[in-house]
Amino acid sequence: MTDQVTPPPVRRIAVEREPRVAAPTASPNGTTAPQPSASARLRAERPPVGSVRERMRVESVWLAYGDNWVVRDVSLPVRQGEVLALIGASGSGKTTLLRSLNRLTEVTAGAARAGQISLDGQEIHGLEVNALRRRVSMVFQQPNPFPMSIFDNVAYALAEQSPPRGRRRRRRSAELEHAVNDALRRAGLYEEVAGDLDRSALNLSGGQQQRLCIARALAAQPEVLLLDEPCSALDPISTATIEELIVALRESVAIVIVTHNLQQAFRVADHVAFMHLGELVEYGPGEQVFDRPAQQRTREYIGGAFG
Amino acid sequence: MNAHGGAEGLTPVPPRQSMRRPPRQSIASWPLLDRAGYLLCWATGIALCLIAVGIVLYMLIKGISYLRPSLLLESPAPSLQQSKAGGFLDPIEGTFLLTAVAIAIAAPIGVALATWLSEYGQSSRLARAVESAVEIIAGTPSVVLAIFGLLVFSQSFLGFLSQNAADGAVTGQSFLTAGAIMALLALPLIVGAAREGLAQIPDRTREASHALGKTRATTIRHVLLPSIRPNIAEGVVLGMGRVIGDTAIVIILLGGTLKTEPENGTPILGLLRGTGSTLTNYVYYNSPAGEGNAHEKAYAAAFVLLMIVLALNFAVTRISGAGNRVDRTGGGWWRIAGAQGLILRLRPAREPGS
Amino acid sequence: MPAGATHRPVRARLGGAAGADRRTERALGALAALTLVLIAAMIVTVLIKAWPSFQANGLSWFGAGGNVDTQLRAMDEGVALPGHSALYLRAWPLIWGTIITTVPAVLIALAVSTLAAIFITEFAPAPVRGVLEPVVRLLAGVPSVVYGLVAILALAPWIEDHLISEARKRSVSYVVQLSGANLMLAIVILSIMITPIMIALIAGALASVPPSWKEGSAALGVNRWRTIVRVCLRTARPAIVAATVLATARALGEAIMLSMVSGSRGFAANPLDGFTFLFEPVRPLAATIVQESAGLTIGPMSHTLYAMAAVLLVSAAMLSFAGWAAKQPLKRYGIRA
Repeated sequence: MTDQVTPPPVRRIAVEREPRVAAPTASPNGTTAPQPSASARLRAERPPVGSVRERMRVESVWLAYGDNWVVRDVSLPVRQGEVLALIGASGSGKTTLLRSLNRLTEVTAGAARAGQISLDGQEIHGLEVNALRRRVSMVFQQPNPFPMSIFDNVAYALAEQSPPRGRRRRRRSAELEHAVNDALRRAGLYEEVAGDLDRSALNLSGGQQQRLCIARALAAQPEVLLLDEPCSALDPISTATIEELIVALRESVAIVIVTHNLQQAFRVADHVAFMHLGELVEYGPGEQVFDRPAQQRTREYIGGAFG
Repeated sequence: MNAHGGAEGLTPVPPRQSMRRPPRQSIASWPLLDRAGYLLCWATGIALCLIAVGIVLYMLIKGISYLRPSLLLESPAPSLQQSKAGGFLDPIEGTFLLTAVAIAIAAPIGVALATWLSEYGQSSRLARAVESAVEIIAGTPSVVLAIFGLLVFSQSFLGFLSQNAADGAVTGQSFLTAGAIMALLALPLIVGAAREGLAQIPDRTREASHALGKTRATTIRHVLLPSIRPNIAEGVVLGMGRVIGDTAIVIILLGGTLKTEPENGTPILGLLRGTGSTLTNYVYYNSPAGEGNAHEKAYAAAFVLLMIVLALNFAVTRISGAGNRVDRTGGGWWRIAGAQGLILRLRPAREPGS
Repeated sequence: MPAGATHRPVRARLGGAAGADRRTERALGALAALTLVLIAAMIVTVLIKAWPSFQANGLSWFGAGGNVDTQLRAMDEGVALPGHSALYLRAWPLIWGTIITTVPAVLIALAVSTLAAIFITEFAPAPVRGVLEPVVRLLAGVPSVVYGLVAILALAPWIEDHLISEARKRSVSYVVQLSGANLMLAIVILSIMITPIMIALIAGALASVPPSWKEGSAALGVNRWRTIVRVCLRTARPAIVAATVLATARALGEAIMLSMVSGSRGFAANPLDGFTFLFEPVRPLAATIVQESAGLTIGPMSHTLYAMAAVLLVSAAMLSFAGWAAKQPLKRYGIRA
């Protein structure tokens, strides 16, 4: 007996757009990079960002589980104002690298690392781990809303930082409500759920649950948002909504997204890092990596020679 | 920003000294209340270990010091020197006999009920009512079941099940009557275990059997029941544990004789209609609460009782554990719950996205 | 296949064997109905047999008045007390005895078993967990008579010698004799008896919290303890409720251990006596039934004992209902039980 609610129709989020520029023509040098014109148009319509600043820096990082080397000597910057996409085949270490950014790799016994990861100049291992994770939030592949109301889900991290006064429905503090509504708006979920925030979060559709998880991650005003294949469990419409969201959010939050889907990376990413067997094979702006990849292996991956 | 030119060789491994294991989880930065909770948990855990081990060790020591082989082999003998006279052979016999009667009644009925609930009744109102009835039985104190049993079995038309006292009144006390009520103790456990087993058989097994032209009855008899034999066994062993450990029903429905006293008549039926004692009420009578005041024998009998319980626990683990089944409910803990008698329809927390 | 027909397999197209199938179904259904009838009969019979006692005493059955032990002795001998009917009973001391042993024991067991369950599932190192699980299982299966034996032979004398001073005894000796078999021992042993089963249930529920929730909470920067409290315990709430109901039912119905350990004087332990109150004997309802069971066939005693059983039955039913009601609000948020 499940209380399945028919999800409301997905509404497209109004995003400020520049006047349309002409779509770039198909790449002339004959690569087999996937460039359907719809994606190209989407790429061209991305709202511009005010400024780009570096938030995190990964320097010569090595990660191992036991004796198994998963990430080998990777260095990258993570910047606010842009989306960094980590692409690569399974086992390339991209998810492990992502999880090391908020020290989730430590949960596994036998994990070890070498190298430096810094957030705003501070080495993250010197920070208190929970404080770090409030500044660097993560959204997982499977939506995992808690078995609570929508409000309580989004307010979860915030309620932990302040004394538990605002948790009951009647006694929510105005601050908490404001923060929750703000997060829901940034995640593009507000219109759909504003009617009743006390509904169970588990009654939402898959796409809505994932946006709820994004709102939950945004509630604590993180500096960096990590996304681990956030759309792989969702249908195309929800995927499109979330991709628009990511593009809109990049101005206020540095975004790192791991994805298997090359078209998705093409649509959303400003910089792309291609990893293979733990090594960083190529890193560069999205157009460059997809249109004119410098490495042979990158070319092979993008062309579909392996996956 | 390294970019290796297409080479197959991977970069050399960094020296061991620069590798760092992640620091151990430190709670120093947690708020005070959280630290208090964490420490309280540890304190409780350690206390639990100590108390549990203490109880077990105490019983072991006392039991071993008082248990003599002669106790196991002699019948109780009334005497002023209780601590010297007799053993508890009869109570041991009584325990086994009573358990056998109880299971013989409970097992078929339990399996039949479980089958009906799972295959025929399903969601009908009658099925819900029967489920509630089984839960009520499971939750009723054994004292209440016992006095109900006494009421029923002391009716004269049921006198064949027990003894008749000198003035013709039916006592209502015998192995049969006690066993019948004990069966009520074991019934919910057997029903629960059998139902769990039946629920784990996927529908396609039943459909395959129907597709071959077999009726439901045949499917049940030849396909379903054989495959839930481990579950039934588990339910039976859990039921035995509950039956062996109960004292109130024994006191009320089996009378106060320490020796097994069959009723006159045919050998087996006489035994069943007769009275006797079990280890549990033997311990009770030899403790300060009863009349015996033979503490050593009470300890020895209690030790034997514990060994039996231990053996049954071990049997349950062997039958039900060690990976022959997927455990949906978190490590098999619910079976301990079953042993205490409430059928809890606990299902695992709902998975996100399901 | 038409909609709605998926639950019931196709029948009545299989020739002669279908008759056997229907007969089986009817037979099993009859058995199920018979079980239902049996339980209903049990409840009705107990209530009918109990009625004369309630009728003779009215609501004062539950009240206090005189020494309940004397009243029970009078019924045993078949002689009515002067000025009262043969069924005269004021059972308050027994009821109070039940309450004052059950409630504290359940509360203590709830606190201890929740903490212990958290310890076992979250913090205990693997070897410790490997030892604790079978030990808890063993303790849950120990018969109550064994607990009673150890308590009365080992703990009661220790309490009497070390915790009850002569002065204390004298302070209440005009009303009651203090001994090692008293309220405190009853509460302690009852807690020990019901804790393993609660640990089992709660640990089981904690172990089945989806790891993705715990990981999600950690990724949001919530420390381990808060995660356990806000996510795991919340998810385990139906199990905690069920465990409490189960434990209370067990405590209510516990007759044997309490009859050995609680002192068996129908005396309403008086909290106003201060600390001494813990050392006063009590006599819970279920224990009384067992102790007086020899008189189950004698008229007035019989009705009285059935009346006590009826009170226990009704309490158990109310308990079940309370447990069901406590789980309802949680279903909203997808915590199934």
